[in-house]
Amino acid sequence: MNKNSEINSFIEQKYTAGFSTDIESDSAPAGLNEDIIKFISQKKNEPEFMLEWRLKAYRHWLTLKEPTWANVKYPKINYENIVYYSAPKKKTLTSLDEVDPEILKTYAKLGIPLREQEWLAGVAVDAVFDSVSVATTFKDKLAKAGVIFCAISEAIQKYPDLIKQYLGRVVPYTDNYFACLNAAVFTDGSFCYIPAGVKCPMELSTYFRINAVATGQFERTLIIAEAGSYVSYLEGCSAPMRDENQLHAAVVELIALDNAQIKYSTVQNWYPGDKDGKGGIYNFVTKRGHCRGKNSKISWTQIETGSAITWKYPSVVLFGDNSVGEFYSVALTNNHQQADTGTKMIHIGKNTSSTVIAKGIAAGSSQNTFRGLIDVSSLAVKARNFTQCDSLLLGDKCGAHTFPTIKAKNPQANIEHEATTSKIGDDQLFYCRQRGISEEDSISLIVNGFCKQVFRELPMEFAVEAQKLLEVNLEGSVG
Amino acid sequence: MKPMLIIKNLVVSVDKKTIIKDLNLTINPGEIHAIMGPNGSGKSTLANVLARNQDYVIESGTIEFNGEDIITTAPEICARNGLFMSFQYPVAIAGVTNIQFIKTAVNAVRKHQNLATYDAIEFLQLIKEKMAVLNMDQDFLYRPINEGFSGGEKKRNEILQMILLEPKLAILDETDSGLDIDALKDVANGVNTLRDPAKAILMITHYQRLLDYITPDFVHVMSDGKLIYSGDKTLPAELEAKGYAWLKGRAEQ
Repeated sequence: MNKNSEINSFIEQKYTAGFSTDIESDSAPAGLNEDIIKFISQKKNEPEFMLEWRLKAYRHWLTLKEPTWANVKYPKINYENIVYYSAPKKKTLTSLDEVDPEILKTYAKLGIPLREQEWLAGVAVDAVFDSVSVATTFKDKLAKAGVIFCAISEAIQKYPDLIKQYLGRVVPYTDNYFACLNAAVFTDGSFCYIPAGVKCPMELSTYFRINAVATGQFERTLIIAEAGSYVSYLEGCSAPMRDENQLHAAVVELIALDNAQIKYSTVQNWYPGDKDGKGGIYNFVTKRGHCRGKNSKISWTQIETGSAITWKYPSVVLFGDNSVGEFYSVALTNNHQQADTGTKMIHIGKNTSSTVIAKGIAAGSSQNTFRGLIDVSSLAVKARNFTQCDSLLLGDKCGAHTFPTIKAKNPQANIEHEATTSKIGDDQLFYCRQRGISEEDSISLIVNGFCKQVFRELPMEFAVEAQKLLEVNLEGSVG
Repeated sequence: MKPMLIIKNLVVSVDKKTIIKDLNLTINPGEIHAIMGPNGSGKSTLANVLARNQDYVIESGTIEFNGEDIITTAPEICARNGLFMSFQYPVAIAGVTNIQFIKTAVNAVRKHQNLATYDAIEFLQLIKEKMAVLNMDQDFLYRPINEGFSGGEKKRNEILQMILLEPKLAILDETDSGLDIDALKDVANGVNTLRDPAKAILMITHYQRLLDYITPDFVHVMSDGKLIYSGDKTLPAELEAKGYAWLKGRAEQ
């Protein structure tokens, strides 16, 4: 049999999380104007300052143009066709029993039984279904530690001072087109506040899911780690199968003060479109962390397997002396997926260091791009960066691209960059198969080996999930 | 007794060039065969064809392994049915530890043979025992398979896999090349543990030296895609003394 067609048939994937749940939505009409923004702000019972901020963002957005520099192609998005607010009808819940059974079933299908997580895993889950948080658990335990973990809309009402102090300070609404849109219309997301000296007693986790037809998801997450605190945050998502493209423009802001550490892990599995490239999520995300304090540390780990378009560059600005930024990424694209992802490490403080390990896997007719910026300011004496960027190609119709940029304005900076591109070799496959390992398991073994450096940065449960996800995304009918 | 392997009138090509031309060979359980011959005579091609490497095209002829035609059988199925090849150039797989790889392979084979699979602890014990036979350092367990291994380390590791997979038919493709004398002895020791009335070994080699430690029952000389002469364990010494040319002359007569 022809080797390429064998590999091609092999990597055809089926999206297993494709289904939708029928829940009555309380939605705004499609389109965007100041009235819609007022409607959202009102629905969320927001204080006046938030509405003002949203309106400023909206007015600024009207002056911006959608960026075109990324290595992705997609039909023009009509922002007037998007519904910017949609919420399940039932709200104020005090326990999981009040959660719509349909929603619980949806999570179960995704393999995320909330109850079991609650009991077994010890993970607090702030589950976002469409645009409103419907279940938040483990609040008591967190409250005892003084940790605040809630929906951002709740935080806006309850902790306006923290919001005023930090929201939009890492990613201002003027930052970019999609972040600006998010500032105007974001409907939910998570808020975490870890007080000084506290090690968060559990890993915080949010599962996102896009559900209502043509509803853009505009999540906004803000995590503040006070001096000497530590938090590990897990973000995972999956979406039901849809024909029309769904826009997602999230913003995540992280702030680490003196000696604080934030570990942010993502497993992203949104609907990537069918194998002809129809449908799929457009994922335009702005994620950035500020290492404001000395000796602070922010780590981003991401496993990106979904979405038709991924536009995402989790970054760290290293202000504090001796602060550390890390980025570990696996991006898998298949069929007609396009991913343009990478990171920015901005060195400002003295003796700051950053590590970038990016693994791109391209299969089918997909395009996989790594884009990185290492920027060392003149103040960043003895800044260090190590970047390793590897691409693995499966089949001969896909592409891997690397666009690294290095700006070093300090003569004492030490910057290393390594890059490789390889194909899964027929000789490797034959070696595995000669030992009795099936072709499917062989590919999975080789791919998992390729990603190992990143997987070991993930919390244990997540690493297993990530491995499974890659397997599902590469599985198909072996001829 | 049913033969282990029957090759009849085999013709094989690679990139449209005919490499094996009308080859016949029968191997019975309990036998050790050696195929010797000059470079380019088709020895490694034969090993790869038997292991079902699909880069090699079978133009005509038949191969029966354990009474079954394997011409269209996938390599993993042959492997699970007990056919093992020790590679001349084992490939590295980044990020996959030796123990992870070998355990995956052993359990895939055992599952197919309806044997109980090993859990991590059982397997660790087992592999450590077998590594001792081959004088292998335990560091090898957690190093990525074949990555940065020396020639001798790779060959020891191939034989380690062979011992753990317990094949019915082991094909050793130039297993002696690149080995120093200590490694050669360890490898031979390992191979000799496989000697069993129910198992067979096919060794492919340039030189006599491995055969000093693993005594073959039959020695064949391959030249230009055919087995041109067969003898017993005394043949290698004769070849060493006279070279291949005298046999070529005889074959042409």
